[in-house]
Amino acid sequence: MPKFKLTAFDKLSSSRIVRYLIYTGAILFFLLLILIPPVFGIGLKWHLVGEITGNPELMSRAVNAIWASFAVAIFVSVIDLVVGIPTAWFVARRKSRWLNVIDTLADIPFVVPTVALGYSLLLFWSGPQGISSLFDSSLISPGWLLVILLHFVFSFPVVVRVMVGALLDYQRTFEEAARTLGASPFTVDRTVTFPILRPSLIGAFVLAFARSISETGATIVVAEVIQNGTRTLAFENGAIFVREMMTPPGQYGAMAFVSLVLILTSCAIFGVILVLGPKMRVPIRHVWPSFERRLSSKPIAATRDTLTLLVFFFLIIVPSLFVAFPTITAITDGTLNKAISSSGIWQEYWSSLGLSYFVGAFATLLGILAGLPMAVLISRKRMGKSVSAVLDILVNIPIIVPSTALGVSLYFFWTTNFAFVPEIVLIILAHLSITYSYFVRSMAAAIERVDIELENAARIHGAKPFTVFRTIILPLTKYSLLAGAIMVLTRSISETGATLAVVSPLSQTRTAPVLLVDWVRGTTIPVASPSDIGLGCGILIILAFLVLLLLKLGIGRKAIY
Amino acid sequence: MPKIELKGVTKIFGKKIVAVDNVSLEVHDKEYFSLIGPSGCGKTTLLRMIAGLIEPTEGEIYIDGTLVNEFPPEDRGIGFVFQTYALFPHMDVFDNVTYGPRVKAWEDKKAAKLGRETLEMVRLYQRSDAYPHELSGGMMQRVAVARALAAGSKILLLDEPLGALDAKIRNELRYEIRRLVKDLELTAIHVTHDQAEAMAISDRIAVMKRGRILQVGTPYELYMNPQQIFVANFIGESNFLEGRVVKVEGGTAQVRLRGDLKVNVVKNEVSQVDERVVLAIRPEAFEITKEVKKLINALNGVVEKVRFEGTNIRYEIRLANDDSIIVVRPSLGGEWFKETDEVKVGFLPEKSHVFLYPPKGLVTELELE
Repeated sequence: MPKFKLTAFDKLSSSRIVRYLIYTGAILFFLLLILIPPVFGIGLKWHLVGEITGNPELMSRAVNAIWASFAVAIFVSVIDLVVGIPTAWFVARRKSRWLNVIDTLADIPFVVPTVALGYSLLLFWSGPQGISSLFDSSLISPGWLLVILLHFVFSFPVVVRVMVGALLDYQRTFEEAARTLGASPFTVDRTVTFPILRPSLIGAFVLAFARSISETGATIVVAEVIQNGTRTLAFENGAIFVREMMTPPGQYGAMAFVSLVLILTSCAIFGVILVLGPKMRVPIRHVWPSFERRLSSKPIAATRDTLTLLVFFFLIIVPSLFVAFPTITAITDGTLNKAISSSGIWQEYWSSLGLSYFVGAFATLLGILAGLPMAVLISRKRMGKSVSAVLDILVNIPIIVPSTALGVSLYFFWTTNFAFVPEIVLIILAHLSITYSYFVRSMAAAIERVDIELENAARIHGAKPFTVFRTIILPLTKYSLLAGAIMVLTRSISETGATLAVVSPLSQTRTAPVLLVDWVRGTTIPVASPSDIGLGCGILIILAFLVLLLLKLGIGRKAIY
Repeated sequence: MPKIELKGVTKIFGKKIVAVDNVSLEVHDKEYFSLIGPSGCGKTTLLRMIAGLIEPTEGEIYIDGTLVNEFPPEDRGIGFVFQTYALFPHMDVFDNVTYGPRVKAWEDKKAAKLGRETLEMVRLYQRSDAYPHELSGGMMQRVAVARALAAGSKILLLDEPLGALDAKIRNELRYEIRRLVKDLELTAIHVTHDQAEAMAISDRIAVMKRGRILQVGTPYELYMNPQQIFVANFIGESNFLEGRVVKVEGGTAQVRLRGDLKVNVVKNEVSQVDERVVLAIRPEAFEITKEVKKLINALNGVVEKVRFEGTNIRYEIRLANDDSIIVVRPSLGGEWFKETDEVKVGFLPEKSHVFLYPPKGLVTELELE
C-alpha cells in the first residue's frame, strides 16, 4: 500500500516556484554537466590541430581510422538487422517452452562487459584452445574480421530487444486484416508489418550503430596481435587511434581532430537516418503471390528459424561464453586461490572492481536523481511543448556521440578549466554523460505510457503534484525505473572508451574493464597469465549475470521492454 | 455458392477456458446472419475461427462444402471487417481498398477499377488520397467495408463493425452495410452485442451464451417465440414472474403467482400441474388502465416510477404481491399515468411465455457473464 501521508515535500510541490526550481535545476544539471563539457571540450585543444593537418602521414592514418569506425559500425548494424529481426521474430512469435531460455541467452552479450566478450571471442576464434584447435593455425586472427564479429556480438542484443518489444506492442489486427484479404505471411510482413514497424527498425539500427561506434576496450583486445612481447595493431579505428595518441607526451591536436570528426560524422549520419528514414518508401505496391507464397511455406520458415538459431548459437552464444574454459582452469590451477588471497596483480583487480561498482552506483544514483525531473519535463511537457521538444532532441546527443570522443572532450574540458577535479570525479562524469540519456529516454517513454487522466484524477481528488508523482507515476513506472537503473549500472560497469579517455595512461586509477584491457595487452607488471585474465573476465561475467538475474526476478520479462 | 457450415466446433484456450463449446450451425447462401450475445460469450472467437484467424480445438468448418480447417485465412475467400477497422496506417484510402486485389496480383487496371467502384459504393471515392488518421470513425468504417468488398470474396465477416461509432451514425451505417451485402448477393456473418442492431438488419440471428448457441431464428421468431429464458430477456426485454401451475384445462394452464395471484397462460410442454415455472411477458404486452373495466389476467398495482422515453412511456409498477414489473406504452395516444396512481395491468395469455423454473435460479440464468 502506498503511503498517502502528506510530507513536507508534497506540500512544497504545490508551489509553482518550487516546481520550476526543480525543473530548472534538472535542465541546468543536464546542460552544465552532461551536454556542454563534451560539446565544448574539443574546442579547447583545437589550436593544436596543426600537429595533424601538417603531418600527412598522421592525417592519412587518422582518416583510415575514422573510415574503419564507420565502415564497421554500418556493416555490423546491417548484419544485426538481418540476423536480429528473425531472432526477435522467433522470440516474439513462436510458441516453445525454450523461448524463455533463448530470450535470456539473447541478453548475455548485452550484460556481459564488452572486454570480457572481446577476450572470449579472441580465445574462441583465435586462441589455440578454441575453434582454431581444429586447424593448423588461428582460424581468425586479430584484425578486421574479428572486430566485425565482436561488434556484431555485442550490438546484436540491442536489435533483438528493440524488435521484440516492437513486435509485442504491434497490433496484430493489421496482419490479420491483410491475411483475410488474401496476402501470404511473407507478403504481410513485407507490405504491412515492416512498413508499420519502420520507426522501430530505424531505432534499432541507430542504437546498434551507436553501440558499435562507441566501443573501445574490447576492440583493442581483438585488434592487437601480440607476438614475442611486441604488439602490432592489426586494426585501427577512431577510438583506438585516440587511445594511441594519448600515449605521452600526447598528441592532443590529433585527438581533438579525430574526436570532432567522429562526433560530426555521427551526428550527420544520425541526422540523415532520422530525416530520410521516415520518408524512405519501400516498394510495397507490387506483389508476386506465388513466389511469396512459396517463401511463406512451412519448410522455408523452418529453414529460416534453423539458420537463425544456428547463427545465434554458433556466432554469438558459444563465442561469448567461451571464456568460461580458462575461468574453470583458473579454479583448478591455483589462480583462484591467488585471487582470493589478493596476491600479486589481484590486489589491483579487486580494487578496480570496487571502483567499477562504486562509479556505476554513483553514476546511476545521480542519473536517477537528475534524470527523473528531466523525464517528467519531456514526457509531460511541463515547461511548454517547445522546451520539451528541444530537450527531447538535446538529450539524444550523448547517445550518438562516440564514447571515446565524448571522453576526450570531457578530459580536455575539465583538465583545462578545472584541473583540481580528481580523476574519479571525471570518470563518474564521463559515465554519467554516457548513461544519462538512456535512463531519461526509457523513463520518459514509461511516463508517457501512463494516461494523463490518472494524474488529473489524482489532482482533482486533492493530491499535491509530488503526491501524484510518488503515489501514481512512480508505482506505475517502477519497473521501468528499475530496468533503467540496472541498464545504466551495467553500461557503466562495461564502459571502457570514455574511461580510457578521461584518465591519463600513466594513472593508477583503473576500472575493472580498463585493467582487463591492460592485462590482455600485457602492459601490467607482472604480466597476467591467461588463467588470470580468464578468471578476471569470469568474475565480471558472474557479477553481470547476478545483475541480469536481479533484473529478471525484480521486473519480469514484460517490463524489460 | 457460399454456404458456411460448422459441425461441433469447440475452442478451448489453455486447458480450461472453453470459449466456444460444441457449436453446430449452418449459414445459408446470401444470408445476412448475426451472432449475438453478451461480452465474452464466444461470438468473436467463433467468427475468427471461420476466418481462419484462430484454429478450432475440435470440430469442422465448411465453406461451400469444402472443409477449410487447414486453410490459412488468405485461402478461405472471405472478407473481414474488424472492430478497430485495422486500416493500414501507412497506406492511403485507395491503397487500403485495393490491397486485396494487389496481393492477389490482379491486373492493375482491374484492381484500380474495383477500388474506384467499391469506394463509390461507400461514397468515399473523393477521399481516395486521404490517410486513415485523416478520416472520421464513420469514414474509416466505410473504408474497412470497401476494403473487404474489393477483395472480391462472396463472404463477409463483420466483427462488431459499428461498435466504435456513435448512435446516429451506427443506425445509418447498419442499413448501408445490409444494402451492400444484399446488392452484391454476399453471405454475411455479423457479430454484435447490440440486439437492436441485429434485429434491424439480420435475416437470421444466433443467440450465444457461455460458448453455446441457445437459439437460432429470424428476428421475429426470437422475439415472439423465445425458447429460453435468457433469449426472452436478451432479445427485447421481459418481465419475469415466478409461479406454480395449479390447473391445466384444454389449451390453458392456470399459474398461481406469489401472493396467491392467479393468471391464465397458453399451455405448453412445461405446463404440468404443480410444476414451478417462470412467466416471461414483454413490457409492451401489458395493458394498463385506471378504469374499472375488465382486463384479462388483471393484476392490481401502484405506479412507482414514470420515465418518458420519447416514443414510449415506461412505467415501473409494484404489484399487489410486491413483484415489480415494467410496462411500456406508446407515448402518443392512450392514457398517461403518474406516480402513486393505483392501476390495473393485464395481458393476453398468448402474450406470455412459460418456462420451467431454472435449476440454478432465475438470477443465475439471466446473468450476462
